[in-house]
Amino acid sequence: MNGVLTIDSAIVSAIVAHARRDHPDEACGVVAGPAGSDLPTRHIAMDNAARSMTFYEFDSMEQLRVWREMDDNDEEPVVIYHSHTATEAYPSRTDVKFAGEPGAHYVLVSTREPDAEEIRSFRIVDGVVTEEEVNIVDATVDA
Amino acid sequence: MAVEVRVPTILRSYTGGAKVVEGSGETLSGLIDNLDAQHNGLKGRLITPEGGLHRFVNIYVNDEDVRFLGALEAPVKDGDSVTILPAVAGGALGFAAAAALLGK
Repeated sequence: MNGVLTIDSAIVSAIVAHARRDHPDEACGVVAGPAGSDLPTRHIAMDNAARSMTFYEFDSMEQLRVWREMDDNDEEPVVIYHSHTATEAYPSRTDVKFAGEPGAHYVLVSTREPDAEEIRSFRIVDGVVTEEEVNIVDATVDA
Repeated sequence: MAVEVRVPTILRSYTGGAKVVEGSGETLSGLIDNLDAQHNGLKGRLITPEGGLHRFVNIYVNDEDVRFLGALEAPVKDGDSVTILPAVAGGALGFAAAAALLGK
């Protein structure tokens, strides 16, 4: 593993809570952060427009609103996350095909086990998946 | 006047790094041809070999998703603002099955 995702424990908890809430459907969202900082600071749970156990898709109008808001705040999508609800937290071929934010950390949460979450982070650039370390820290922000 | 087009990070390799470019056309299809003439290869990232809009991008004209405006036939005019975003999607389902689900 090369890179590292440093993320606040409160944001990780919010992502896991969102994934648990939507289980067995896949949950998805973004964590925005100041442009260039590589630090995810603002959790935004997105609707899964597909409402599926095996597929997720941002609603295009919600996405435009959120991406515009990040632009206005001089933020970027530092983390793009979704859950797999019956399989491991590793990018599927579909995830790789769609990965369109080369600067983002793609975080996957598996909720297949009822009492333990698997959280992993990846870079997906030009179809190449590289796993990275997840460094969970305490209290850098209010989530 | 021209049509202003906002280009996402992943496609800026086609625009010399530019975040905003200008183009012209009477429909989205015409605009994309015009953009491709200035930024060779861009069209292939927006339109499939079969001639439909790619699933991997969302295109908006004045903040409306073009899929609701006639897709490639969506009218555009000078002064309009077009935004291209990478579609964010995926999931555990195999790609072929996902594509079928999306009707592509």
